[in-house]
Amino acid sequence: MKPFRTHRGRVAPLDRVNVDTDQIIPKQFLKRIERTGFGQFLFYDWRFSADGKKNAGFVLDEPRYRAASILVAGKNFGCGSSREHAVWALADFGFRAVISSSFADIFSNNSAKNGFLAVRLTEDETAELMGRSSEVNDYQLTIDLEQCEVFDDQGFRTKFPMDEFVRHCLLNGLDDIGLTLQHEAEIAAYEARHPGDALSAQ
Amino acid sequence: MSTKRTLFEKIWDAHLVAQPGGRSPIIYIDLHLVHEVTSPQAFEGLRAAGREVRQPSRTVATVDHNIPTEPRGTPITDLIAAKQIAALQANCKEFGVPLFDMDSPDQGIVHVIGPELGLTRPGMTIVCGDSHTSTHGAFGSLAFGIGTSEVEHVLATQCLAQQTPKTMKIDVRGRLAEGVGAKDLALGIIAQIGTDGASGHVIEYAGEAVRALSMEGRMTLCNMSIEAGARAGMVAPDDTTFAYVKGKRFAPQDGEWDKAVAYWRTLPTDEGAAFDKVVEIDAAQLSPFVTWGTNPGMVAPVTGRVPEVGSLKDSDRRATELALEYMGLDPGKRIEDIGIDRVFIGSCTNSRIEDLRAAARVARGHHVSAKVRAMVVPGSQTVKRAAEQEGLDRIFLDAGFEWRESGCSMCLGMNPDILQPGERCASTSNRNFEGRQGRGGRTHLVSPMMAAAAAIAGHFTDIRNWKFQ
Repeated sequence: MKPFRTHRGRVAPLDRVNVDTDQIIPKQFLKRIERTGFGQFLFYDWRFSADGKKNAGFVLDEPRYRAASILVAGKNFGCGSSREHAVWALADFGFRAVISSSFADIFSNNSAKNGFLAVRLTEDETAELMGRSSEVNDYQLTIDLEQCEVFDDQGFRTKFPMDEFVRHCLLNGLDDIGLTLQHEAEIAAYEARHPGDALSAQ
Repeated sequence: MSTKRTLFEKIWDAHLVAQPGGRSPIIYIDLHLVHEVTSPQAFEGLRAAGREVRQPSRTVATVDHNIPTEPRGTPITDLIAAKQIAALQANCKEFGVPLFDMDSPDQGIVHVIGPELGLTRPGMTIVCGDSHTSTHGAFGSLAFGIGTSEVEHVLATQCLAQQTPKTMKIDVRGRLAEGVGAKDLALGIIAQIGTDGASGHVIEYAGEAVRALSMEGRMTLCNMSIEAGARAGMVAPDDTTFAYVKGKRFAPQDGEWDKAVAYWRTLPTDEGAAFDKVVEIDAAQLSPFVTWGTNPGMVAPVTGRVPEVGSLKDSDRRATELALEYMGLDPGKRIEDIGIDRVFIGSCTNSRIEDLRAAARVARGHHVSAKVRAMVVPGSQTVKRAAEQEGLDRIFLDAGFEWRESGCSMCLGMNPDILQPGERCASTSNRNFEGRQGRGGRTHLVSPMMAAAAAIAGHFTDIRNWKFQ
């Protein structure tokens, strides 16, 4: 996994609450068997009309937000389906982080496994960043995971919460399967105490 | 420290493998359910790292999300879907994972076949790369959805590193009225606590109304937990649970059965155990519900109206306006005046035999409105056979419903069963998100009885006034 330490980039606002993973990556694109290539389908039904032409006016397609790498969105971002394709699509499109006042649990977990940051700020802070990124041209934020801080060049600076273990894995780009397998002896001991399997009654 | 523990805490403690300092606890997973859509990249990851599936016999796969519901044997015309199904078949073969394939008499939606095969049992930890895994919590198991990286993690280690969730008790006081079912209870709860009301929590549903639910009803209720943002939903196991599990193919048999039941009886939450949050619901206040918006919290009683936006605060107002625009509804419109084009009875929420019986009871002796296309998609081949033995298929067919093969179907529209742009559907599924059932499609979530009644009336109608034949 690619480590995440500090990232500075352009911010794009998505002024919607409850952005579900069906919107982030619609189901017609879930049939691929690879992890790559999902960025072109990000927010597809909002960005494109039914015949595949670009819709005018979707925020990410405005020239001023081109190459944005930080998304600010309303509360409960990533709710709904467990599809990790949502994180793959955001990352493949060029985003490194989403800032919101709350995230769905599975989306948060999926983000952490992909070196992608789900940054939780307060509703007021999120609204402030939504405003700044709408008003200031080429508005940039820095996300510092070592200090758990988000700041800009115009006086905004705040801390964000992050589970210590998740932070450790993100900072070091750790493969958590490898970490779990360090506990092979304990897993084997557990299995010895709990023999059997799901199909044992057959 | 208090020794009184909740159902969740008992299962969590029993599955702790390791608690490394400064890291999330590692818990053991008893059953890992796998389907075609969220697994290919996980198997690919195993191959790339040279890893095996640690416990193939604790892993069970089926195909459900993107298979057609045409008669079996009809060629799959969607080549990308066919490739994904072929990938699962090849992966199961290579890694030794049992697969209930397209042509299996046990094929079905993963959250329908787990319980009906007796794979789902009280006290277990169960995961699947699907958010509606919460369904299995109806048996007093800890069951939750995971992403593909975690699917790979469980395949490789049979464990998961998980932050300990918080606990929430939803105490449903009193009894549900006639015509108000588990689906209405689920929608009523989401309406009260919000679509993120249970984020970070495992819900335990308790109280008289929950005890009175059948296993099918409890599955419907736990299924929708994720729509309130919960990590999982659970119901303590009781005699209703044991009666359902007993005799199922993979359930404990003979002497093992008594031992299992004795253990399961120790699982319910101890009197006086503490929850992080407690919510009370008055069952008697609930009515048959219909969603009017684009998330499951946007819901009104069938006798109610689509909201007026004037009275709402700014953030809710914008979300409501966007939803009503997408849904093509005017503020203040009576729910019973909303006409529909399509009906879908199916999904991991409402496709079990009891759901089909309830819908058939409504449909018997009536006919689907001339302007409505209505389909019934049983949750599994086993449900389909049982329904046909009872003659439910005849009731549906005589009433003008389509009777199809089992799968996820139009719940998420990954197969050819989709809404056309602008079509309005009364659906027994779980999500009314924009485009969920097909781009531009408009989904209203309801119970199986309400869906069947809407199919016949051509618009939503209060099931409590239905003329049963």
